[in-house]
Amino acid sequence: MNFSEVFKQSNQLCKVSPDGKYLATCVQYRLVVRDVSTLQILQLYTCLDQISHMDWSSDSLFILCAMYKRGLVQVWSMEQPDWHCKIDEGSIGLVSSRWSPDGRHILNTTEFHLRVTVWSLCTKAVSYIKYPKVCQKGADFSRDGCYMALAERRDCKDYVSVFVCDDWHLLRHFETETQDLSGLEWSPNGCVLAVWDSCLEYKVLLYSLDGRLLSAYSAYDWSLGVKSVTWSPSSQFLAIGSYDEKVRILNHITWKKITQFEHVASINSTKAVVYKEVEKRTAVGSDDLSLHNITIGTTLFNTQSKYEICPPPVQIPVVKPDPDRANPKIGVSTLAFSSDSRYLATKNDNMASVVWVWDMQKMSLVAVLQQTSAVRCFQWDPRRPRLALCTGNTKLYLWSPAGCVSVQVPAEGGLQVQSLSWHCSGDSLILLGKEQLCLCYMDQEDK
Amino acid sequence: EVSSLGLPPLWTESSGSPEVNVMTVLNCMYDLIHLHHKGLRTLENMEVEQLKSISNVDYLKLTSTQLKEQLELSKRENTGLLERERQLHLKVKSLQNCLKNEKDEVQKLQNIIASRASQYNHEMKRKEREFDKLKERLNQLLVDKKEKKPAIDVLNNIGRADGKRSLWKTQKTEAKHEEEMYKTLLSDYDSRQREMLLENAELKKLLQQMEKEMLSILSSKKSTELVMSDLFDSSKESVELYCVHSREKLTNRIRLQWRRIKSHVERLDSQGSPDAMGANKTDDAASQETHVEEMNRLKLEIQQCKDFIQTQQQLLQQQLRPPCDEEATSLLSDCYMLQEKECFREEEKSLEEQRKFLERERGNFTEAAIRLSHEVID
Repeated sequence: MNFSEVFKQSNQLCKVSPDGKYLATCVQYRLVVRDVSTLQILQLYTCLDQISHMDWSSDSLFILCAMYKRGLVQVWSMEQPDWHCKIDEGSIGLVSSRWSPDGRHILNTTEFHLRVTVWSLCTKAVSYIKYPKVCQKGADFSRDGCYMALAERRDCKDYVSVFVCDDWHLLRHFETETQDLSGLEWSPNGCVLAVWDSCLEYKVLLYSLDGRLLSAYSAYDWSLGVKSVTWSPSSQFLAIGSYDEKVRILNHITWKKITQFEHVASINSTKAVVYKEVEKRTAVGSDDLSLHNITIGTTLFNTQSKYEICPPPVQIPVVKPDPDRANPKIGVSTLAFSSDSRYLATKNDNMASVVWVWDMQKMSLVAVLQQTSAVRCFQWDPRRPRLALCTGNTKLYLWSPAGCVSVQVPAEGGLQVQSLSWHCSGDSLILLGKEQLCLCYMDQEDK
Repeated sequence: EVSSLGLPPLWTESSGSPEVNVMTVLNCMYDLIHLHHKGLRTLENMEVEQLKSISNVDYLKLTSTQLKEQLELSKRENTGLLERERQLHLKVKSLQNCLKNEKDEVQKLQNIIASRASQYNHEMKRKEREFDKLKERLNQLLVDKKEKKPAIDVLNNIGRADGKRSLWKTQKTEAKHEEEMYKTLLSDYDSRQREMLLENAELKKLLQQMEKEMLSILSSKKSTELVMSDLFDSSKESVELYCVHSREKLTNRIRLQWRRIKSHVERLDSQGSPDAMGANKTDDAASQETHVEEMNRLKLEIQQCKDFIQTQQQLLQQQLRPPCDEEATSLLSDCYMLQEKECFREEEKSLEEQRKFLERERGNFTEAAIRLSHEVID
């Protein structure tokens, strides 16, 4: 593993282009584009205000920079650095901005979610979509980029509109049987739309592309319901994480539950491997206390924490959430399938320092990673079953079916890894700290 | 005798006349009759007493049986009451359990209500805040004179990503979109159906294989006629396996074979014990023979493996311990050392020679230099 030097970034805005060649970062009001392998600065653009959001177009030719306070979006071109484009939303304000899948339209959501404006970069034409819904995930593009599903709310009822991204033609508009729609997501094959209700009602509805209701699933009544939903990359499974600390898996043939995974406080299974992170403070001798030695002393292999395998039964620390607060910190909030749909990684919020890895073939727990502090972010390698996670300290953790490793990020001044994301080739990782970023290049041989 | 009765004696030897005094005899007789009457009277009294006591006894017996019955009755009542009490205890316990469950449910529902209430409150507050913001913005817009309209400013229009020209929105394009959408759905259903067909075919093949294997296992024990007919059926119907009827037939046949195998295995298990059942002796004998044969074969195999392991171990030992002449090896190492020493000595010699040569050369040069200097001076 090789680590690059540390660069500055602001707002955790750091994205690799879809073709994997460039890395764009924002530093205050500047947009810096680097080459991914050499990290040399290729382009430097200056925006009019501090950048709130930045994203690549799907063909890696354009980058949009949105400044929500000013209501501005500026688009930059990689091929023609002189080309400029500025979209000013005026007094109507701007709350979110995103690319359309063809990379030629920008969808701006105005303040108070009054409407969604579709700006075309080819024709300067404008379209409006009224009454978009304010919720966790109100809009989703299908993976092939053909369709967009948008949640709307009119007259206290929830609707879903399906648009054809080619010309923004409204293909279907149907009412959903939800009380308060909280999110929607296309299946990876683009044929099924999963729609789920807010946490006050456990309801997951599955609609076909042409608007027919295929199935409705509800595990229980009254208690707080769905917290997170995700599709498996093969579209075979729909994983639903809920506030009762369980994950239920539905299959794509009957849309019925085939299994449920429970996050128990005491693990007795002998088939699952429990890795516990153990920190060992390296004893510093009195003559070593010079600052120079301390900062240089850590090399790649001199990790200060390692994983120990705990034999069953293992007790997991549980933090009881405050019963009086809304959106309690309990339940499965994060779900992620590996790219081959073989593994599912989950995090239960009242066991925040533990990541659970489930095997989808055997439908059982395969590994439990117990960290010393709350897990902030985890993501699967896009090419192989390898999970990278971080807990806000200076270490990077990797799990694969072969084992688990903890790596110290060698950065002067210490980079507290707040979030991470994989490069699309799976060869490198981008580690983001509060105001810094660092790239980690993996060894070419399989870990 | 008379004196023994306590009466004055009738005649004593000491009195004068030998004749018996009539008065004393009369007195005696009177006393005797008195005594007799007294005796009779006491006898009567005693009879009366006896009758009385008999009747008493009877009465007491009667009362005692009555009391025993009463006791029995009250005992039964007691057990009945105890039973009732026990049942009531149980009922009380179960009711207490129910109560506890209900209380737990109530608590759970209360918790749910509380969490829902806090969620609703949170949402309400959020909506209210948003509403306030909207009101403020509306006020601001009403006051604000210059309204900035949304606009886009592009240097030059860029081409579409796929290079095609954009089309006007017409009914034709709408129809095309519908068509494409249905095409996507259909292709998805097609691919799924194909996958399921493949899976079905594989499973059917597996079932058929299992059936064949089951038949082969059974045919070694049972009569062959039944077996042959079954086999025939299966080969004929392999083509028609797509209709429900033949599918059911296949599954039924497999179930039948499986039951046969199960019963056979159960029989074998019971026969495994040394005392075989008298019923099917020949079968037992046959199975026992095979059993014994198997055992012998396995024992032989174990022996062979053990021998093999032994030989392996010996060879390994030989490898590890170099042929026991350690002297040879030390000699060998000594030889190498000697050789090296020789080399070094020779090198040393050559270096000495070179050094001497260099010294001579140096001496020559200094002499030459001295001569030269002398000549220059001269």
